[in-house]
Amino acid sequence: MNKKLWTVLALVTVVAMVAVACGPKPTEAPAAPTEAPPAEKLKVAFVYVAPIGDLGWTWAHDQGRLMVEKELGDKVETAYIESVPEGPDAERVIRDYAQKGYDVIFTTSFGFMDPTITVAGEFPDKYFMHCSGYKTADNAATYFGRMYQPRYLSGLVAGKATKSNKIGYVAAFPIPEVVRGINAFTLGVREVNPEATVHVVWTNTWFDPVKEKEAAEALLDQGCDVIAQHQDTTEPQKAAKERGMVSIGYDSDMSQFVGDTVLTSPVWNWGVYYVEQVKAVLDGTWKTHQYWGGMKDGIVDLAPLSEKVPEDVRAMVEEAKQKILSGEWDVFTGPIKDQEGQVRVPEGSQMTDEEMLSMDWFVEGVVGSIPK
Amino acid sequence: MMIPLKVEKRLAPSRTAGFLVPFISLLLALVFGGVILLVAGANPLTTYKAMFLGAFGSKYSLSETMVKAIPLMLCGLGVSIAFRMLFWNIGAEGQLAVGGIAAAGVALFWADGLPEALLLPTMFVASFVAGALWGLVPALLKAFIRVNEIITTLMMNYIAILWVEYLFYGPWKDPAGYGFPGTAQFPEAAWLPRLPGTRVHLGLTFGIVAAVFIWLVMGRTKWGYEIRVIGENPRAASYAGISLMRNIILVMILSGGLAGLAGMAEVSGISHRLQKGLTVGYGYTAIIVAWLGKLNPWGVLLVAILLAGLLVGGDQIQITMQLPAAVALILQGAILFFMLGGELFTRYRLRLEWMPAEQALSPPPIGGRGSEP
Repeated sequence: MNKKLWTVLALVTVVAMVAVACGPKPTEAPAAPTEAPPAEKLKVAFVYVAPIGDLGWTWAHDQGRLMVEKELGDKVETAYIESVPEGPDAERVIRDYAQKGYDVIFTTSFGFMDPTITVAGEFPDKYFMHCSGYKTADNAATYFGRMYQPRYLSGLVAGKATKSNKIGYVAAFPIPEVVRGINAFTLGVREVNPEATVHVVWTNTWFDPVKEKEAAEALLDQGCDVIAQHQDTTEPQKAAKERGMVSIGYDSDMSQFVGDTVLTSPVWNWGVYYVEQVKAVLDGTWKTHQYWGGMKDGIVDLAPLSEKVPEDVRAMVEEAKQKILSGEWDVFTGPIKDQEGQVRVPEGSQMTDEEMLSMDWFVEGVVGSIPK
Repeated sequence: MMIPLKVEKRLAPSRTAGFLVPFISLLLALVFGGVILLVAGANPLTTYKAMFLGAFGSKYSLSETMVKAIPLMLCGLGVSIAFRMLFWNIGAEGQLAVGGIAAAGVALFWADGLPEALLLPTMFVASFVAGALWGLVPALLKAFIRVNEIITTLMMNYIAILWVEYLFYGPWKDPAGYGFPGTAQFPEAAWLPRLPGTRVHLGLTFGIVAAVFIWLVMGRTKWGYEIRVIGENPRAASYAGISLMRNIILVMILSGGLAGLAGMAEVSGISHRLQKGLTVGYGYTAIIVAWLGKLNPWGVLLVAILLAGLLVGGDQIQITMQLPAAVALILQGAILFFMLGGELFTRYRLRLEWMPAEQALSPPPIGGRGSEP
């Protein structure tokens, strides 16, 4: 009795397999390794923490990869892997690329730091670059950008836009990078609107579309009328738009995905760095480094302002931008007070890079706390 | 007219089906996945080959599969013994997390006070005890005031995961880490020894020893007999004088403790610090491992390795085939879906009306599940 059932199942299986076998011949993926042209190209791999479709952090890195393809496509071939969790899996993935003959490997999330350094130690003839960390080796460098500069400029826009004087900020993790961004943004807000406060909610995740949106909605419920963010996706922007509020994006020019309610976005242009470093490897001039470029290097910038931003604000932003570009002034110049009103940076002095890179306190005007 | 097809319960789980169903399910899953791959523009055979080689094709890939299998084995064994007596412990993830906390606490703060040789054993005991205590809370709630354990074990997961994050973002943060999250690296005496040239660590033997232990307990001891009777029929068990309370508590100590050991294995064998990436869902995957392994310790070990292979091999869909991550996830999901769906056919069968009904040759067994070893 059972046999009949099995016969039926077996038949179904065979038919299905034949159907698969006779189906349209798959078009070979153009980048499959077996298809590599005879001329040895430099192989460059990118390890991403989220899918490219996040339209934010990872999307911006992939734009950088595409720029490498465009500018050096005849000398290099690139590959990427998305959605690699921070943790034990990352080491396997990075090592796998090294073993498969990739010469240059960019790892684009903080949690990939230890694995990158470990694998770099095993493959001394390969080049590793890790985004946002602090550990280096002879063949492993770090890179990041002075995102606080365009964040300050976006704060000017937000400070002028708020009517309730409450601005919401959806933030990923209480680490120096994020804290620095919140502080720079708040300094911008308070420069033009000393009454306004910036309300911070931690999501404890870089990439979680649902959580990011819920956090933004909670802030809107509390009366915030501008939403800024330090996350990987466009969800906080969408939440603001649905409530008829405006927002400040991040990572990529989010107005292209959400519309003109995104007043502006501090953006990454990773391609500037990627092209430069891949060229250096090709020329044999690559050296280990800790790169921290700013607006004048082009790695960070402020996206074009939305049509909703009035003319006087545009002029003000432009003026501040020029001061930063010329190096005449930078964001963390005193006097800067912390949340308790204590002066942390006295008038006339500037924070050093070390102080900025390990920032663990909020400036005056931020509502929220950093877990200690 | 109705389709002359009936789903009916088998009188006893079919042995033939028990062997054949997993293979046919896998085959169907591969066929289904093949269609997805064709749509995505890849050759299914090349892709499956790449996945298989990526998981088992070389000494390195095999070792990485074992690395991934270790926490799945320990959590899977823990979950399976609770399931054997119908205690639905969904909390392996949280028990793993507190095990990791305990091991890290010992490594970070007692390393100076303890002789080096005692450090790892202390971490071992601490993580087992921590996991056991975490599992004990829902066990006591269930045993004394009959609180649904599915809810409590699940909720305890979130508490544990948030504790881990609180610690490495807050009080246990590495003072030399520039404010970045994560504890300091453990001293080397607190690292589980590895097989040279691989990341396979001593945790593998924890898994194997635990499987032998559970196999012996279940098959050779009075305690194991009691657990089995409760699993077959809790009411009959209590008529027979078997204490449900006592067994719930003892089983959850073992179940939580094993998951706690998985936490130690992860922090002490792989990451060497407490940081993001400890709780990546092993405790939940372990539930699938336990079911597919038929709650049998050897089955759990085998399925843990196969499932780890599926996860590790899945990388190749992106690395070798250059397809998006979503394709890997769809494929993994499809395989699990078919495997779990196929399970149905070991206990039920489809009957066309013209087929004769199954004859009861022997009186039907009393319990819901058959008489598996």
